Amino acid sequence: MSFLNNLITGVSLGGIYAIIALGYTMVYGIAKMLNFAHGDVIMVGAYVCFFAVSSFQLPPAAGVLLAMALCTVLGVVIERLAYKPLRQATSLAVLITAIGVSYFLQNGAQILWGAAPKSFPSFFSFGGSNSVSLFDGGLNISYAAMVTVAACLVIMAALTFFTGKTKLGKAMRACSEDKGAAQLMGINVNATISMTFAIGSALAAVAGVLMCSAYPTLGPTTGSLPGIKAFTAAVFGGIGSIPGAFLGGILLGIIETFAKAYISTDLSDAVVFAVLIVVLLVKPSGLLGRYVPEKV
Amino acid sequence: MKKFLAMLLAVVMLLALVACGGGNNDSQGSGGTQPSEPAGGNQPSEPAGDSQPSEPADSGEAVTIKVGGIGPLTGSTAVYGVATQRGAQIAVDEINALGGSVRLEYDFQDDANTTETAVAAYNNLKDWGVQVIYGCTTTGPCVAVASETYADRYFQLTPSASSPDVTDGKDNVFQMCFTDPGQGMTAANYVKDNALAAKVGVIYNNGDSYSTGIAQGFIAQAKEAGLEVVTEQTFPADTNTDFNVQLSACKDAGAELVFMPIYYTPASLILAQANQMGYAPIFFGGDGMDGILAIEGFDTSLAEGLILLTPFDAAATDERTSGFVSKYNELYGETPNQFAADGYDCMYAIYNACQQIDGIADMDNAALCDALIGVFTSGSFSVDGLTGSGMTWTANGEVSKEAMVLTVKNGAYAH
Repeated sequence: MSFLNNLITGVSLGGIYAIIALGYTMVYGIAKMLNFAHGDVIMVGAYVCFFAVSSFQLPPAAGVLLAMALCTVLGVVIERLAYKPLRQATSLAVLITAIGVSYFLQNGAQILWGAAPKSFPSFFSFGGSNSVSLFDGGLNISYAAMVTVAACLVIMAALTFFTGKTKLGKAMRACSEDKGAAQLMGINVNATISMTFAIGSALAAVAGVLMCSAYPTLGPTTGSLPGIKAFTAAVFGGIGSIPGAFLGGILLGIIETFAKAYISTDLSDAVVFAVLIVVLLVKPSGLLGRYVPEKV
Repeated sequence: MKKFLAMLLAVVMLLALVACGGGNNDSQGSGGTQPSEPAGGNQPSEPAGDSQPSEPADSGEAVTIKVGGIGPLTGSTAVYGVATQRGAQIAVDEINALGGSVRLEYDFQDDANTTETAVAAYNNLKDWGVQVIYGCTTTGPCVAVASETYADRYFQLTPSASSPDVTDGKDNVFQMCFTDPGQGMTAANYVKDNALAAKVGVIYNNGDSYSTGIAQGFIAQAKEAGLEVVTEQTFPADTNTDFNVQLSACKDAGAELVFMPIYYTPASLILAQANQMGYAPIFFGGDGMDGILAIEGFDTSLAEGLILLTPFDAAATDERTSGFVSKYNELYGETPNQFAADGYDCMYAIYNACQQIDGIADMDNAALCDALIGVFTSGSFSVDGLTGSGMTWTANGEVSKEAMVLTVKNGAYAH
């Protein structure tokens, strides 16, 4: 029974990592850059939803939509101001800029909303309870975890369809393969990359709301550690691969929880990263990543 | 590419200025020592806006002592640093309004809870001409700064860095808060004396010396007192969010009481997750738990029955506490926690001690340091503050004051 409980905890935690990792992998897959500010966009999304619901008394669904809208705008603005001017620069310069944006968002949030943590309201409770109890309380599954995993599956399917079947998705894949060639074929590369950021940031807002529903404290640095874990999950599953992000996230959550339960709570992160190193040694592109040889 | 970089930097700086400009107009009022850009927390910020004397009736021959504070104003522990900064600010304003023979000039620097930044902040304060160091808020940076102040001979009083390492071997460093092992032992004795439980579990943050120190003090004393410590669970950082594994272990081991010497942010998650898994032991916390009821949006019914040791109760009705609480509320829009009260008391301790020193006007920092050490350890020096009355200090810098045990009842603290 405790094994099953740990498994459920692991999947719930993994669902959170997965939903953040989907945003990471989406932006990396198309724009070929690591948006380290993704975790902080999540935090902004959660704050927007928090204030929409608690201060303006909007229904949760409206709060989520508002958070998505504002995060989309934020993502596009960040891309325009911070990343677009560096399109021709080395990827290292863009990476450092992303870290700068991450700090900027964290400190901006602290100035705007204060350092004190806020407790996120629980959206997913039915009949006064926020979890399903099985076997006389021996097994608990929270509604937030179920919604998170379901949302992951829906988002994963939608993204796969979008990038695979739509015209815009095709344009994105073209940009991802070769920006220069895509431009020659009449694709507006800048608009396509902006679109990618818009989608990635809207996903971040959803991830933020789901994460804070499951783990209800919200502060300016809430997004940073899960952001790094989710990045790990994306690399684990194969960065750039949409199903890989989901698989990587869920596995990371399960490994972390089992390591805590059966090895040591102190060493859980070390175990997670040890597994990551082993996977990358055996399969350098990650579990579901595609190995693309460099053509010279 | 260089042009683009330069433009980008310019835009980021502009945005930072705009954001700060907006921020200072809101409820922060006189807090004004927010760093003006996110990436470079260690350049000197302007001294707090309202530290100039507020036109006392009798200006006379007042001596102004420069007190420099250090603590995290940004990052994940900012909530504690900001509280110590603001609590002290209120005390400084009150002291300067008294118009006595000693005035305080106050500056507070951000250390982002890192040792390097704390030492840089300390150097900034030295350039400013600091005479007494107030800080640091957190233990790690405080240990680093304490060894500097010991070598440079500055008197240092920390509001909240509670590890014995802070004062160990340094005659110039004093604490306003309990030491960690002392707090753990008090808690264990309380559990034993009130027969709260026979089997106890402990959950603590082993990446944090505050939490580890209390936990070890508690565990040692609990064993001594004949309590059975059934499980010791740890987590590595306050940013952890999932405690199901640790709670399951406590539940499976049959712990009737879970001692959690941790800060209130992770504690709020533990309470929520315990509730979700239907586990309801007695939860017992240290002074870091204070503030849990003030989290915006927190369902206080989760904390029902929570016991905590704290030196400060914001709901106390005595005139001084209620005056401080309403002043803090008016200026900053929130209820002060224990850190703010410790900061307030630190300023009065420094002020009271300075008043007892003859010829303070001509002293350099080393002479002032020795004089203040003399006063603090004289045995006859005691301070009545928000966090205790008749507080005295031992030669090794530890404070001696009463701990208060509070229980959460109907969403509020009760004695």
